[in-house]
Amino acid sequence: MDFGDSPAEADFRLRLRDWLAANNPGLPTSSTDDDYWAGMAAWHQSLHGAGFFGMSWPAEIGGQGLSSVHDVILDDELAAAGAPPRPSLGYLVQGILEHGNDDIQRRFLPGIVNGRERWCQGFSEPDAGSDLAALRTRADRDGDEYVITGHKVWTSYSDDADWCLVLARTNHDVPKHEGISAFAVPMRQPGIEQRPLRMINGIFKEFGEVVFDGARVAAADMIGAPGEGWPLAMTVVSHEREPGELGFVARYRKLVKDLTSRVQRDPSRYGSEQVRDLGWAIIEAEMLRLHVSRRLSDRLDGIEHGPEGSVDKLLMTEVEQAVGHAALSVGGTGHGDSDDTWLKVYLYSRAQSVMGGTSQIQRNLIARRILGLPTS
Amino acid sequence: MDVRLSAEQQALRDSAAHIVDRLGPHAVGQLDDRERVAKLDAAVAASGWRELRTPDDGERPLASAVEAAIVAEELGRGLADTPYLGPALATELRRLARAPVAVATETVALAPGLLELARIAPGAIPSGLEAIDAFGAATALVLLPAPDGHVLGEVALRPIKDQVEESVDLTRPTGRPEPIAALVLADQDRVLSDEDITRWNALGLALTSADLVGVMRGAVQLACDYAAQRRQYGAAIGSFQAVQHLLADAFVAMEGSRSATLHAAWAVDALPANDALAAGAVAKAYSARAARCVCETAIQVHGGIGNTWECLAHVYLRRALVSSDVLGGVGPNLTRVLAHHGIGGNDGLR
Repeated sequence: MDFGDSPAEADFRLRLRDWLAANNPGLPTSSTDDDYWAGMAAWHQSLHGAGFFGMSWPAEIGGQGLSSVHDVILDDELAAAGAPPRPSLGYLVQGILEHGNDDIQRRFLPGIVNGRERWCQGFSEPDAGSDLAALRTRADRDGDEYVITGHKVWTSYSDDADWCLVLARTNHDVPKHEGISAFAVPMRQPGIEQRPLRMINGIFKEFGEVVFDGARVAAADMIGAPGEGWPLAMTVVSHEREPGELGFVARYRKLVKDLTSRVQRDPSRYGSEQVRDLGWAIIEAEMLRLHVSRRLSDRLDGIEHGPEGSVDKLLMTEVEQAVGHAALSVGGTGHGDSDDTWLKVYLYSRAQSVMGGTSQIQRNLIARRILGLPTS
Repeated sequence: MDVRLSAEQQALRDSAAHIVDRLGPHAVGQLDDRERVAKLDAAVAASGWRELRTPDDGERPLASAVEAAIVAEELGRGLADTPYLGPALATELRRLARAPVAVATETVALAPGLLELARIAPGAIPSGLEAIDAFGAATALVLLPAPDGHVLGEVALRPIKDQVEESVDLTRPTGRPEPIAALVLADQDRVLSDEDITRWNALGLALTSADLVGVMRGAVQLACDYAAQRRQYGAAIGSFQAVQHLLADAFVAMEGSRSATLHAAWAVDALPANDALAAGAVAKAYSARAARCVCETAIQVHGGIGNTWECLAHVYLRRALVSSDVLGGVGPNLTRVLAHHGIGGNDGLR
């Protein structure tokens, strides 16, 4: 058991550190402003162009073909440099790698990995949240195409997306989990309407509703077999729960570093309660770094899509919300000055226990699938 | 980087699990079974685990702190009521001081409050010291001042007659020194520096955190087993979401503690002393907070039974409280972490 770098990993770390010293775009602390997200798109391409994104994905799709633990090093160095985190889309890549045929992989994965094509995820619906399999969006065959009709919600970055990974019902005569298929639907076409949703931090950018009314998708752009939508969705969400896949450790550690510097600059302004909140944020972020090291090490002999992602999700949520509380405590709400950066960080942190599957759902999964507790 | 246990480390874990599952207490009534305790003690003595930190031919320990932590976790999980933490920490002090290997069971004495290794003046009668995990130990190591650091001294301990009744932790009684002056330990070749003591503290934090991780695993298992068989409203209580969510949270807290603790154990031998101490402080603050909560959950899930002496849940909680206190629980380690990040004084903690 070794948390240290091998010689090759140490070389990689130094090369990355040098590159970051010259190429950090210096985006603001907040991960919630519109400008930030425009900057992130450029950052994705820059990171990938330099060979520092998609560390463990196959070279054929634009990945680096290295071992899983390179993502730990990447997150370490991004945080230490105060650089933006890596793009969070590994769950899409894992889902398509696992379920897409060769043609689908060849056509779609390189664009996702290199950042030239933007994707969103059309899973949740107004009446299908935690009970995702209750979804009602339908895909009806029409010659070589399917016609999509339905209403998706909580669709992150749908307004920028070129493609949407849509779950839709293709068979109405089988149990609810078995009649769902997945499609890569082009977003820029008639029959798709976007409605932005305003989040509690005030921004419109991240969240949206998407209404499909006669949108068309080629039958060849179904990902996986007819009826394979549910297993694909489970692969995607199991990885969407993993901080190692999302790269969130770098984001938390950067926030903690900024808050720590704030206290170091003028310690007399902060009372013991505030310092204590910061102390917990430091400990929590460090714990998650170590937990991700452990989980990505577990992948050195291959990926498994098990229930452990639910443990990761709850730990990640605990960390994000501890960092949010430290942001509120040390950074304040900003009513004394005009800077509400830390208020926004705090407010954003509340979503972590809902998105990607609520904390309640994760606890159900752990109770049944890890602890083996009885079902009623 | 590869944070998985090696095949040898897995074998060590399995062998510790085997011994504790076979000879550890499975019910409160078994705590006074002297024959069982003697068998467990003999098995642990034969395993050589208490001597993992003795030097090899040079000065390096025979085994890394990761191995020592693997054993600590399993012994905590199984509520092993035989000394391990105390002798292991005493062995480490002897290695650092280049003193000969102990000939009889010994432990270490901590200052009142358990925050650090006791430091006493030569010739002074020790009072208020607490010799941790002292069952069967006649002596405990302390620090005595020396011109450029510290040397090891030993204090004689009063015998412990009843290991269950004499301590907070029903599995690891605390010993009190006899009113006899401490003696300088014979044949020490090396004066202990502040850095040595920092690294020793890092080992202590890693091993107590590992014990807490084990205690949490044991307590979660105990509560899950009970929830699966106890029936109310015509169903096992483990099928109710309210109970399931308590236990899921307990499991998650244990897993987070384990990740931080594995790193702390690795850090003892791999990082500079101050960084190793900070890694230990992260693990200990996190694990101590988690362990109290997890053990409280185990009591809660057991309902009324959980509040009786006969239920093992309080034995886990008591062991957790003592492991937390040894070298500091939440508060002192939060202070250590903040100090490592340049915030606040360290209140004299090392």
